[in-house]
Amino acid sequence: MSTVWIPQVLRASAGGNKQVELAGSSVGEVVDALVAQYPSLRGQLLADDGGLNRFVNVYVNGQDVRYLDGLSTPLGDADELRLLPAMAGG
Amino acid sequence: MPKTYADLLREARASIREVTPQDVGALPPGGATIVDVREASEWEQGHLPDALHISKSYVEQQIEGAVPDRDAPVILYCAGGVRSLFAAQSLEQLGYTNVASMSGGFQAWKSAGLPWEAPVILSAEQKQRYSRHLLIPEVGSAGQARLLGSKALLIGAGGLGSPAALYLAAAGVGTIGIVDFDVVDLSNLQRQILHTNDRIGERKVESARKTLEALNPDVKVIPHEEMLVADNVDRIITGYDVIVDGTDTFETRYLLNDAAVAKNIPVIHASVFRFEGQLTTFIPYEGPCYRCLYPTPPPPELAPGCSVAGVLGVVPGIMGMLQANEALKVLLGIGETLAGRLLLFDALDSTFTELKLRRDPACPVCSTEAVAARAEGRPLPIPSFAAAGAAASAGEPFILGGGQA
Repeated sequence: MSTVWIPQVLRASAGGNKQVELAGSSVGEVVDALVAQYPSLRGQLLADDGGLNRFVNVYVNGQDVRYLDGLSTPLGDADELRLLPAMAGG
Repeated sequence: MPKTYADLLREARASIREVTPQDVGALPPGGATIVDVREASEWEQGHLPDALHISKSYVEQQIEGAVPDRDAPVILYCAGGVRSLFAAQSLEQLGYTNVASMSGGFQAWKSAGLPWEAPVILSAEQKQRYSRHLLIPEVGSAGQARLLGSKALLIGAGGLGSPAALYLAAAGVGTIGIVDFDVVDLSNLQRQILHTNDRIGERKVESARKTLEALNPDVKVIPHEEMLVADNVDRIITGYDVIVDGTDTFETRYLLNDAAVAKNIPVIHASVFRFEGQLTTFIPYEGPCYRCLYPTPPPPELAPGCSVAGVLGVVPGIMGMLQANEALKVLLGIGETLAGRLLLFDALDSTFTELKLRRDPACPVCSTEAVAARAEGRPLPIPSFAAAGAAASAGEPFILGGGQA
């Protein structure tokens, strides 16, 4: 199981959860499991083509998946996935 | 029979190795720790480059802090080469094994035409005001002088800008520019600690100027009472050494990023949302820029500012102070900045999390290709903010908090 950390800005779309434990052998599988559980997250995370939106970064154990294998990045047990949308507030 | 001064001097000469100014001048950088043992008033008239100052009366107390390794090479000098001999004897008594005294002292050094530098002289009041900085070797009088000669630009005198501005002003950053076109509102005072209740309705730049100049009269505040837009961004940021980004719109953040990268000015970036904050330092071409981190802005529905979503007042306070810390390190050239690292703060858990950031090799602003294109006067196309936002929201509508689309 991977732990997905949900930032505050997305939390209301994820049942108010701060972290969710999900199974999946790749980032894509875990993101699919997440949006299956919380459908209103789909539009916020994924673009029409199924790829990640450019304004949401996904980090696996602190590393940006854009510089790993994107949604194909493999996940092991106990990996930590962090969703990070841009915030503007100052 | 009591000894005379001449006896003591003869004994010191016999036991302490002496080196000439030419020997010292020929040392590679870092070849020895050079300690000036004269009085502070003499040091202020000029000294060897890279020398430490420990006056002879404090040598025994302070040398262990300055040179912990007793086998490290140490060269002492004074004005004429006598006091440094006696100080060297003290070091030998303390167990220093590689101590020398520079014969002829600073006078002989200058006569030989070797380079020397005059420290910036702080006034008596400044020495007292910045005394806690002067005690830190990484700052000292040279660093403090550097801060006094530095220019920092704050974008926004709000939740992030308030604590950043207060600490930069207290630290003696000599010029602080503030860009803000807003006026003080009652709802600002929960977090924007530059402003006060009796200034509601006053221009924020003016309120900020009053607060900062009252805190530290060394600081010159330059108010820029205008909205940062494409037509004025280059004019406003030119000449500043560092920029603290405390705006609350994506449009301004991208605009600032693109201009600052082109002008090679570091930007200390922070943003806040309710109980969370993000912080990083963008150092052009050394680390990623804002567009490398977030290539496109989110649609407005997904990214409300503090006026819509709310924020715990202390969160921008903490993030703004971390911005001031980054800015001071950039100005002083010390420590490791957050370039290439994103620091997340969660106020509810009291946790900090660090994520690794990378430069985007295809970045339209800071990539090698983008730099070359700018140099040739044909900058790479960057999608306009409106177009990017529209494209982002062209798919399924974004729903903040699962509410209405």
